[in-house]
Amino acid sequence: MTPPDIPEVIKMVPLHYYLFLSTALFVIGIVGVLTRRNAIVIFMSVELMLNAVNLLLIAFSSYRSDPNAQVFVFFVMAVAAAEVAVGLAIIVMIYRNTRNTDIGFLKKLKW
Amino acid sequence: MLTLVLILIPLIASLLACFGGEKSAKTIGLAGSAAAFGATLYVWQKFDPAAGTQFAFRYPWLESMGISFSGGIDGISLLLVFLTTFLTPLIILSTFNRSYRNAPAFYALILFMEAALIGVFVASDAFLFYLFFEATLIPIYFLAAVWGGENRRPVTFKFFVYTMFGSLFMLVALIYLYFQTPGYHSSDIHAFYNLDLTAGQQSLVFLAFFLAFAIKMPVFPFHTWQPDTYVEAPTPATMLLSGIMLKMGVYGLIRFLLPIAPLGLDRWGGLVIVLSVIGIIYGSIIAIQQRDMKRLIAYSSFAHVGLMAAGVFTASANGLQGALIQSLAHGINVVGLFFVIEIIFTRAGSRYLSELGGITQRAPQLSVAFLVILLGSVALPLTNGFVGEFLLLSGVFQYNNWIGAVAGLSIILGAVYMLRLFQKSMFGQQSELTTGFSDLDATEKAVLLPLVVMVIWIGVYPNFFLKITEPAVNHILQVVATH
Amino acid sequence: MPVSLLLLIPLLPFVGFLINGLGFKRIPNSLAGILAVLAALGSFGLSLYTFSLFQAAGSQTVVVPVFDWISVGTLNIPFSFQIDQLSLLMLLIITGVGSLIHIYSVGYMSHDAGFGKFLAYLNLFLFFMLLLVLGSNYVMMFIGWEGVGLCSYLLIGFWNKNTSYNDAARKAFIMNRVGDLGFLLGIFAIIAAFGSVEFSEIFSKAQAFSVGDPVIVTITLLLFVGAMGKSAQIPLYTWLPDAMAGPTPVSALIHAATMVTAGIYMVIRSNILYSLAPATLEAVAIIGAATALLGASIGLLQNDIKKVLAYSTVSQLGYMFIALGVAAYSSSMFHVITHAFFKALLFLGAGSVIHAMSNEQDIRSMGGLRKHLPVTFLTFFIGTWAIAGLPPFAGFFSKDEILAHAFVHNKLLWGLGLLGSVMTSFYMFRLLFLTFFGEFRGTKEQAHHLHESPSSMTIPLIVLAILSAVGGFIGVPEALHGSNWLSAFMDPLFDGARKVNPEMFGPLGLSHSTEYMLMGISVAAALLAAIAAYVVYVQRQSRPAPESVERKGIEKLVYNKYYVDELYNAVFVRPVMVLSDIFWSFGEFVIDLFVEGYGAAVAFLSGRFRKLQTGFTGYYIFAMVLGIVLILFWNLVVRHHSLLKDLL
Repeated sequence: MTPPDIPEVIKMVPLHYYLFLSTALFVIGIVGVLTRRNAIVIFMSVELMLNAVNLLLIAFSSYRSDPNAQVFVFFVMAVAAAEVAVGLAIIVMIYRNTRNTDIGFLKKLKW
Repeated sequence: MLTLVLILIPLIASLLACFGGEKSAKTIGLAGSAAAFGATLYVWQKFDPAAGTQFAFRYPWLESMGISFSGGIDGISLLLVFLTTFLTPLIILSTFNRSYRNAPAFYALILFMEAALIGVFVASDAFLFYLFFEATLIPIYFLAAVWGGENRRPVTFKFFVYTMFGSLFMLVALIYLYFQTPGYHSSDIHAFYNLDLTAGQQSLVFLAFFLAFAIKMPVFPFHTWQPDTYVEAPTPATMLLSGIMLKMGVYGLIRFLLPIAPLGLDRWGGLVIVLSVIGIIYGSIIAIQQRDMKRLIAYSSFAHVGLMAAGVFTASANGLQGALIQSLAHGINVVGLFFVIEIIFTRAGSRYLSELGGITQRAPQLSVAFLVILLGSVALPLTNGFVGEFLLLSGVFQYNNWIGAVAGLSIILGAVYMLRLFQKSMFGQQSELTTGFSDLDATEKAVLLPLVVMVIWIGVYPNFFLKITEPAVNHILQVVATH
Repeated sequence: MPVSLLLLIPLLPFVGFLINGLGFKRIPNSLAGILAVLAALGSFGLSLYTFSLFQAAGSQTVVVPVFDWISVGTLNIPFSFQIDQLSLLMLLIITGVGSLIHIYSVGYMSHDAGFGKFLAYLNLFLFFMLLLVLGSNYVMMFIGWEGVGLCSYLLIGFWNKNTSYNDAARKAFIMNRVGDLGFLLGIFAIIAAFGSVEFSEIFSKAQAFSVGDPVIVTITLLLFVGAMGKSAQIPLYTWLPDAMAGPTPVSALIHAATMVTAGIYMVIRSNILYSLAPATLEAVAIIGAATALLGASIGLLQNDIKKVLAYSTVSQLGYMFIALGVAAYSSSMFHVITHAFFKALLFLGAGSVIHAMSNEQDIRSMGGLRKHLPVTFLTFFIGTWAIAGLPPFAGFFSKDEILAHAFVHNKLLWGLGLLGSVMTSFYMFRLLFLTFFGEFRGTKEQAHHLHESPSSMTIPLIVLAILSAVGGFIGVPEALHGSNWLSAFMDPLFDGARKVNPEMFGPLGLSHSTEYMLMGISVAAALLAAIAAYVVYVQRQSRPAPESVERKGIEKLVYNKYYVDELYNAVFVRPVMVLSDIFWSFGEFVIDLFVEGYGAAVAFLSGRFRKLQTGFTGYYIFAMVLGIVLILFWNLVVRHHSLLKDLL
């Protein structure tokens, strides 16, 4: 038996399940960003939100048979990777300079 | 093309002055500004008053938007360019006796200022005009804020923000006018002249322009930046400000406000003339009691400018010609007066009248030069101030007899404060501070002599200058009349 | 008439000024003196030559353009000279009396450190005064008008270490400026009415106006304000007595003989305009009479030799204006001429006395000087006789001509004039007797130094004394079998005025017997006053009270010059000063409040808004999420609520 198409597999789960799952993931990300003070955890939460969006984009793309969304997902992943590289570098630099990654501590720009 | 050269000479000199030390900066400053003056004389000699705008240049700038880098010289421009290039070398020369810290920057800024001022007077594209108009603020701001007196920071900040505030209204008006031009929009000044605006539109444009130029000149009640700035800025900057820069306001009124918004003048003319005349009296009366010589001159300058504004707003040949020749005269006089005060201040260490006196016994040459320039500024006949005041007052008198009579009070009040200034500083017994006063040295003579000569030359043969500006003024008046 | 010749008349003194002014302290005094005197004499010679040319050419008015000075629009103001009877007479007075005073100054100022400067200023004064009378338009006249004001300022404050002298100089300049403003406005009104400032053009156009035209009345009144300032008439006269702070030759030249008569020159010059405005003439006569009386009455009680003469000048100028007011223009000019002679003489004589008395000016410390200063005494006596209006000296003829015209015009005016002439005679003889008669009352020191002045000073005195004695013969009235040369000479000047207002120029209409009677009355009155002065000050030897004595009533009022200075101070000077303080401390503050108010408002708001920027990242993220939620809510729920319904 040939393995089914990936879109077919995706369609085996009803659409609103994806919706609920990605909403849940997104909210977890938001809450993480809002409540945590460690820059790295916030960073991970941001990634979580991005992936929630990616998941939703894939789901819709499959259900509507429209590949455009998948192109977007690739873009998001590429940008996220670049962002991780730059962002982590900044955080590492901050850590080296201050021995700290608490965002409450970083308020030099406050006037 | 020649016009562009006029702008480029001080600009290049300004760049050159940045490199090298104080000595080379001084030399380059003097040489550059003198070269610009030479070029002006050459232009003057080639100039044909009847031929309209000459020596024009035009390069595409923002071509797709109809904005070009263009300029040219007509009689009005020539007179003011002459004023600029005549005074700048003298202003630079006047600093030779002392050294300013970071001198290369100081002289570079003065030269840059000169280039921008020339640009203002020759630009024939509205946006180019605006560019230069604002560009003059940069050097003068730094000159005042870096080399100024103790209280310079808040004062120059106020000056900067205030004049900037006014200019933005002008920018809005320019953009508005630009979008009114037909077809492919154009910001050429003549395109603005040819606009057919309603009275309502013109009256708004009038107010926007008025605000910009009234703050720059300044006209009552937009003057409160001026006395403080004059006092706090270093004397060369004060000379640039009062001698040349405020003429940008007069020039703007003549070049933009009158021909573009004559119907606005019909609507607001009475009000602005009254404001100007109030300024004359108000400034003169305040000047009577001033103790600080620099502040006294600042208020007197404010009063004189009020008369120029009133003259321009009469939109008559007398008023415009008077305002132009008075711009020239006032520039020369006020630079001379500030220089004399600078001399007194460096020798005696005080600008307060109560602490001075008897200087004429120690420095007769200084007091003669002071007296001649002072007489010019109280408008004694056969000095430069008389021609301007006579024409201006006659213009205002013809506009309205009573306003003219009130404005005429300035010749009495002018004598009151100027003679007080002269008497308290030059006459009477010597004070502690003035006993060791020495007379003019060679550099100071080199500055004051041309000024004194011009005071008398313009007074004795004003037609030399009036003939240059006449056709251009008539052109402006024609544009005003056709609306 | 050659331009260069005319040009040289004012130019010579100007060159003298330049040389002496620029070379001051480098040119030796003797050379400076010679140069200055030569410049003045040269002008005088040229003036005489011009006069003869003018006569030879048939007395035609000549206008000589030099160059175009100011031309704007349709208005053209040329720099040009006009030669006619009036300017020639003035030329001769200015350069003639001027030369004598230059010569005198060389002696008088010889010990002064500022000798060269002084002569330079005198030359400059001549230059401007000559421009004033030579100019062919009102603006040219204005050049000279203000220029002589400047010289007056410089010369009054010549000894500039003394603050009160400087104040007097400043007062003179500013008060003159008040008049000048009137003049200037008059010129503007002329431009508005005639479109020109040239005399010839205005006067020919003026013939189209009818008598009493309000435009002309306005113009003449404004011009008269100028004349008030320069010729020290009420209310602008208080500067002239203060102007005595200047060296005495200055008082003689500027503040007696020439500059102060510029106002009269101006009115005569504009005679056609004034003849068109009888209302103005009325005002001129009233002000003239009031000034004549006021000046004379103050003169009665003054004790400073120069102050007496100064008030006398004010009063005599009043007479000239009375004459103008009754349209007796040539009589006024006659008095200008004779007054120039005898008042210059009196001032120079006073100078000689002051010179001898080591700078003492108070007549209470003088007395008996006639033995020590015989020449000065004799010439001073002639001057006194002349100014008192006693025959046969100059003042008699000119004053009687004025009084006769006043009598025809208005009997009251004549009465006032007569009263003035009585007072004149009294205070002048009082001055003469107190100075030259009786015992010497000065210090021993002064008595020791008493000496007659050098010949450079006495020769001008003698020349002026001769002129004061015989000067009147240029205008001997018909009643005394004279031909009245002056009046005939000046007659062409009034052709235009006669055409527009013939009533004013009718024959005098006095029978010879009436004229004799008028002369008799005024001579008798003046003689009585002189005798009264003799009785009081020589026979009874009474002396003016010293400063310390408290005066009472009217005497106090007059002695303090009617408190006019104090009044002006309270009404004009103080309020302006107060206003200046108010504007400076309060006005600027209020205006600035608006400007600074904008800045303050921005600063205040930014102070509030910056509280939002806590600097905590979590705070910003929360704000962002909140914002996103709100936007989503707005877009999905509020705006597209149907969409939401579909989804659910």
